[in-house]
Formats: sequence, C-alpha cells, structure tokens
Amino acid sequence: MKHAGIVFALPLLAFPASALAQDQSHAAHQEAKGESEPASVEEQTADRTDHQMIDHSHMDDGQMEHGSEGSDTQDSSAASDAMDHSAIMAHGQHGDRQPAMDQSEMDHSAMDQDAQAEHMAIPEGPPPPAALQGPTFAADAFVGAEEMAASRAAVAKEISGTSVFWFQGDRLEYRLRGGDGGYLWDVQGYYGGDYNKLWFKSEGEGSFGEDIESAELQALWSHAIAPFFDFQTGVRQDFTGPKRTHAVVGIQGLVPYQFEVDAAAFLSNEGDVTARIEGEIDQRIKQRLILQPRVEINLAAQDIPELGIGAGIDTIETGLRLRYEFAREFAPYIGIDQEWKLGKSRDFARAKGEDQSVTNYVIGVRFWF
Amino acid sequence: MTPIDRRNFLSASAGGMGLIGLTGAAPAWALGSAEGTVARKGSDVLSGEHLTMTVADTSFATGARRGPGVAVNGTIPGPLVRLREGQNLTVDLVNRSHEGTSIHWHGMLVPFLMDGVPGVSMAAVEPGDTYRYEFPIRQSGTYWWHAHTLQEPLGHYGPLIVDPIEPEQYQYDRDYVVMLSDWTPMSPHKIMRKLKVGEGYFNYNQNTWTDDYDLSGEERRMWSRMRMMPTDISDVGGATYTYLINGHGPADDLEYLFNPGERVRLRFINGSAMTYFNIRVPGLPMTVVQADGQNVQPVETDEFQIGVAETYDVIIEPTSEAHTLVAESIDRSGMGIATLASKPGARAVVPSLRKPPVLTMADMGNGGMAGMDHSSVDGGVMAGMDHSSPRAGETVGMGAMTMRDTSALPPNVKVGPGIDSVASNPIDRMDFPGLGLDDVDHRVLDYSQLLAAKPNSDPRRPSRMKTIHLTGNMERYMWSFDGKKFNEITEPIQFAYNERVRVKLVNNTMMAHPIHLHGHFFELVNGAPNDRQPLKHTLTVQPGGSAQFDLTADESGDWAFHCHLFYHMHTGMFQVVTVRPLEARDA
Repeated sequence: MKHAGIVFALPLLAFPASALAQDQSHAAHQEAKGESEPASVEEQTADRTDHQMIDHSHMDDGQMEHGSEGSDTQDSSAASDAMDHSAIMAHGQHGDRQPAMDQSEMDHSAMDQDAQAEHMAIPEGPPPPAALQGPTFAADAFVGAEEMAASRAAVAKEISGTSVFWFQGDRLEYRLRGGDGGYLWDVQGYYGGDYNKLWFKSEGEGSFGEDIESAELQALWSHAIAPFFDFQTGVRQDFTGPKRTHAVVGIQGLVPYQFEVDAAAFLSNEGDVTARIEGEIDQRIKQRLILQPRVEINLAAQDIPELGIGAGIDTIETGLRLRYEFAREFAPYIGIDQEWKLGKSRDFARAKGEDQSVTNYVIGVRFWF
Repeated sequence: MTPIDRRNFLSASAGGMGLIGLTGAAPAWALGSAEGTVARKGSDVLSGEHLTMTVADTSFATGARRGPGVAVNGTIPGPLVRLREGQNLTVDLVNRSHEGTSIHWHGMLVPFLMDGVPGVSMAAVEPGDTYRYEFPIRQSGTYWWHAHTLQEPLGHYGPLIVDPIEPEQYQYDRDYVVMLSDWTPMSPHKIMRKLKVGEGYFNYNQNTWTDDYDLSGEERRMWSRMRMMPTDISDVGGATYTYLINGHGPADDLEYLFNPGERVRLRFINGSAMTYFNIRVPGLPMTVVQADGQNVQPVETDEFQIGVAETYDVIIEPTSEAHTLVAESIDRSGMGIATLASKPGARAVVPSLRKPPVLTMADMGNGGMAGMDHSSVDGGVMAGMDHSSPRAGETVGMGAMTMRDTSALPPNVKVGPGIDSVASNPIDRMDFPGLGLDDVDHRVLDYSQLLAAKPNSDPRRPSRMKTIHLTGNMERYMWSFDGKKFNEITEPIQFAYNERVRVKLVNNTMMAHPIHLHGHFFELVNGAPNDRQPLKHTLTVQPGGSAQFDLTADESGDWAFHCHLFYHMHTGMFQVVTVRPLEARDA
C-alpha cells in the first residue's frame, strides 16, 4: 500500500513576519471581493488598519442593533423581516466600500419580503415524489446488500439500548429487636430491554437460632406501560410455613414526588387473595447522605388462619434508614423499623402468644451492581 | 496560484516542547498492561494526498486516572489532518484494535459512501482490515473526525483543518487547535449501563436538603412532583470525566505560547462524548470568526458555550504575560485548563468553578408562560399543532402545569413510556446562550448573533416544513426522535434532491441536544437576513425549546442524523436522512 502521508511532530514556531503582511493584504482583498472596481492592493493595504478598526466597531454596533431588534421579533412574525432589513442596513453602513453591492442586497431582500409573504407559514407536507425514488438503502448497491443488512442490524441493536442486567440488594440488614438478633433480605433485579424485562424479587426474614420466618421469590414479566411505571405479572413461591404458590399482578414505578412504589396482588393456589403495597422515597440530605422513609402495607381479602392473616389490613411496617453512598453502588445504613399487626391478624398473633408490634433497630447495606 | 504552504501550523504541547519527544518513555505501570503502550497526548500533523490512519487499543493516563483508550496513530487525540481546499484525499484506515471501527469526517462534504457510519454508509471495518476513503476536499475551515462506533469516547477522534484556496479572511499570527474532550477510564458499555439503571448516577451536584441552590420550596416540590431533577444538566460529569484540551487534563499543564502583541487564532473543537463547555479566557475578549468551519461576520464576546461536535474559531489578542483558557463543563463539575503564555512557564490564576445552574420554566418547554412571550415568532408554525389557549390560560402558576400533554404531539410521534415530558409551549431559543450563561455579567455568544460571512448560495424560500420532535425519558434513559428509538423507526426522514426544506426541531426534553446532520450544511433560522443565515453542521436545541434550520438537500445518499451526545445516540436518538434520487449526483 502506498503511503504518501507526511507525519511530523508539531513544531512550535513563531509566525514569520512576511506571512503576517500577506495576511493583511489578504484580509483587505477579501473585503474588496465582489466590487466592480477593486481598489489597488496598495490602497487596501494602506488603509487596512483603519478599516479593521472601523469594521470592528461597526460590527459591535451591528451586534447591538441586532440584539435590541430581538425584542421586536417577538411582536409579530413580520418583525423578523424588519430585523433582516436593518441588519442589512447595518452591514451596508460598515461595509462602507461596497455601496452597489449592498444596494442590490437590499433590493433582493425587499423583493423577497413581498414575494414570500412571510406572514404565511411554511406548510408542513409530505416529501415530494422524487424523495421516494430509488433504493431503500443507498449503500446496498455499492457495499453489498447482505453486508449492509448485517451491519444495520448490528447498529440498530447497539444504538437502541441493549438489554441490561441489574441486581439490587435494597435491604440486607441485621435487626435488633428486644435483645434478639434477626436478619432480613429484600433483593430484586432484572434482565431486559426498555420495554420488557424479566424481573425477580426475593425477601425474607428470621431470627438467629430459629427457623426462617418467611422467605419468598417472585419471577415476573415486567412491561413498561407508562413513562414511570411497569406492569408486572408472574408467580411467587413461598418457602416457609404452609408452602404456597401465588399468581402475581402488580405495578412498580415512581409516583409524583419521587416515591418508589411497588404494589401487587397475589392469588394463592388455595384461592386466597392478598396484596402488598410498598413505598419508599430517597431524601438527599447531602450528595452522598440519604434518608429513606419506607412504608409497607399488607392486605388480605379473607382470613387465612393457618398463616395468621386476618381480612383487611394485615400488617403495617414503617422504617427510616439513613445511608451513606460511598459509591452509588454501595451504601451502608442504620435505621429503625416498626411493624404492627392490625385487626384480625392482631388477634391471631395474640392467640399464638406472638408480638403484635415489633421495633427493630437495623444496620445494613444497600448495594447494586 | 496559491503557494503550497503559507505558514507553519502551530499546535501546543505540555510544558513547552518537552513532552513531544518522550513518547518512548512509558511509565512503569503501563508496561505490563494488555496493550503495552500509552497514548501520547496531543496530535501529530498529517498532510498530503494519501494518509494512513491506524487504530489501536492503548492505555491513557491523566492526573490520577488511567485506563484503556483507543489511539489513532499513537496519540489522543489522533492526528491533526491538515488539508488544502481543492486537493484530493485518500486515507487508508487500518484497524489494529480488537473491535470494529470507522472514521466519520465530521462536517465534511463527502460522497455518502465515504461518510463512515456503520449501518448507514458502510459496514464497520473489522479488526485486521483496512478501508480506503477517497474523496475530494470541497471546502475549507475547522472540522474534526471521529469513529462512529463505541471507540469514539475512548480517544478515536482528532482535528481536521482545511486551508482555503482563497486567502484567510482574518489576520492572525498564530494558529492553534483547542480540541476539547472528556475522558474516563470507565468503559462506554459500563457508562451506558449505569445511565440505564442508576438515575442520576454521575451527578454529584444534585439538589439536597442542604444545598444552596436558588430554588424555592415550591419549586423544589414541583420538581419532585414531576419526578425530575432541576440539576440534571449533564448526564455524566466531572466526578467521572477528566476534561481534556488536546488530550491534556488540568494536571498536564498545557501551554500555548505567544509573543506579546500577537493575534492568536484558536480553533475550538468539541470532540466530547457528553460534555458541553463554557469557554472563556478571563479578562480577554474573543472575536468569533468561524462556526462549524464556516466563516461568520466577526462577533466579539467574552464567553460562549460550545455544544458537543460544534466548532468555533476565535481570534484573541493576549495582553498579559499569561492568560488561563477555561473550558468549564456545562454542569460546572470540572474544567479543562490550558495557559496562554508569553513565555514558557508563565501562569495566570485559574478561576474556581462557578455555581452549577438549575433548570427553569423555559427548560421545561413552558417558556412562553414565564412572561417572556417569544412564542409569536413561530406562531404561524405552531397553529397547526394546536398549542392552543386552554393551557395558556390555565398555566399561571407552576401547580397547574401539564408536563406531559401528549395531545400536543402530532400523530406521527409514538407516544409511550419513552416520552416522559412534552413541551407544551416550546419557544424558539436561538437567542439563549446556554444553560447557566443567561445570567452572567459579561457578553455571551448566542446563535442569534451569528451571520454568515458571505451570502448563502440558495435564496429559495423552503417549500415545506418538516417538524421533528426530540423525545426522551430520563428515568429510563431512553432517547428518540418522534418517540421512536432507532430500532423502532418505520421510515427515514426523506428529502428530494435539491429540495429546500425548513426543518423544525422541537425539544420535549429538559436537556440540550446537539443535533448533527451528516454530509450537509444547513442554515440556522436565527433572525439573520435570508442570505446570511449562518451555516452549521451541528445545532443545539435548547431544553424545552425549538430551533429551525433551512436545508438544501443537495447531497444525495443516506445520511446519519442524530444527537451527538454519545449516550443519547446510543440509546436511540438516531435517524437516517435519505436524499433521492441517487442518480441526481454521482455517489
């Protein structure tokens, strides 16, 4: 392959004085371009300095006029023509040595003004027939249709948002309640594109030294239905107690005032209907210090005595967590979490000798990758 | 006939000339790395009719950050391709990296097959392969080149300067490239994933209970109600990026030398993946002479915001021993720094970061409601879209504001989860200098100040309007045109060859989007006289606002049209413009 390119390191050279002089005459020459009778080079060079100064100051004037005209343009669409006109005028004034030229420009502009009837909007319209002629893809005939089709497919995929995997440990925490140690996990993640994702969620909790109190896993198809909301549907499997499988329908997203909301209804294989609404909001105290109030409400359509769930509001849980984002992906937190059983659920708990309300002091970490 | 080379091209290096020669001396930590090399900082110059550009995996280090990079011809940025208008160019692109690559010649008028966009005009150049670009150079000015693949943010970009056949219009003594970029050791895949899953992941200037942002309680509640952040200025910030000037981070101490009394041309190129910069040289006015490679009538200013992929050429006359060149990221989370020095080692004060801006009503697309009714400017246009009175009447306070009234969208916009807000009253924001620069106490450039230096060639009034909605969902990190990600597009944006169209871009999102059309220049409809509308290849559509450009579709073929924020493009904000018939001009 022939290589005639010249590569050389960048020299830092002073600009020769002769070239400077040449530039000056060039500048003048440029100004004179278009004139019917160009002035001699000597003449131009002689008055170059003056000319430049004049040029400069007038340009500023023009600029100011231009700026002040700006407010007029807001008044009517015809005003833009008025401005055009005045800008040309300004040009004519400082472009001093080309009266004939400027005159023609003005005429031209004035003509346009009449002919074009600027008051009329330019109509929206389809492309003319000529625009639809010829091949769909111009490069196909030159590069090869197959090669271009493959390239197009690759590019379309690459620059339309590719599928993404995300895993978040929203709450992974140690819980201290009345002297006993417990734990909780609440994780979620997805894989997918902008409109459709496979979403999974898992949460569970327990006390150290005892069997796990609760553990569940959800696998959902998550479909974008609104700018801030996904519709989700799938299954949930419970792994503790009388093991249940549920059908899930819900929405997850961001409501006004930046609350992250996850609301879902569950229909179990026993025919029981329950629901859960979770909401949390990030309150940024400093760039990396975030306070997160959180609330969770569990509801049931019927009593489920074997699970200790009563119809109506089953439980309400509120929490307040303060986290520090060492990185966006890694934020340890401390917090407090309060849970109440209500109504029938409260009665079930009392009957079983369980706590009807629990206060947890929590320390944990929120992370994602 | 023009002389072959009127002048030597100048570029800067760190600490004077010292570093240039030291490329062999890789730090010890790099020797064991997979690629075994560390990219040099700054570009070599590549000139001539036949060039070779070799892409390779590399390492890069600046300040405390080090990580993988992609270098072209061993440097980041890659070589400065310096050409002459009227020449022919052949470039052999050699891929010695481990993944597909390409070069897109940003802002260059090329046959569409030479445009370098995989999936549109070519297939990616696979590892081990060589691809030959051949095209004539039909223009002059400041441009750049970059990969149209995931390699771009890793370092696969560089400046491209074309010297004009006609003498330069402006007089100056020194000519420097200021190529801005944002680099991080984090891989593009990883960044994209974190943007998807962790909203606000990269933003450490968020509003908090203890911030000192100028936001009332009512405003804070409103933002919270909308599920948006008023501090969502830039998706990836200085906590992740090191901002580079010609490959030099702030710690690398880049120096541009001048002699007192000289005029210095600075060619700013924003080669960032994601970062808008506020450019200033405190204490020195700048005269903007070129935008996107096209000469404009000189405008003197004190600061300007440069969108991703835009270029601005300015001329300055340094007066002190040293001046600091500041490229502050739009979200004010970091800055690129260089020194204009009259002698090696001279330094000026580096200003501290200014307070980050917050979004306003206008950025939500309710600009007309904020008491600054620009809306009548495009009143005629809007009529068809029924941004009608009920809302205008009812939206007195923020409480009543509708953030997502999808009835305001035309039927071709796909309404779904990918749209989290709709600009209910998008105003033309050509006169907006950019987020955070509307309340500074010095002059700031905006688009309405730009006037083409010479008359444009096509005086025709556009025969039709084409409206395109910029749409997105920040929370889900989905971005699109007309609600459709690239893989959901049913048809391209179709133009007839030589058709004159006015394109209106409506930004329904609260972010600024630098929209780039390949292979063409378009004229900003910015209030300038018809024949002086400035030519651009990339246009920032301000948050919640609209912008219009006039286009003569005189380059047949298929052309990419996209947001140049890298991760917006890569999550869907990408389209193809077709110009037919193909035979209209030889491809």
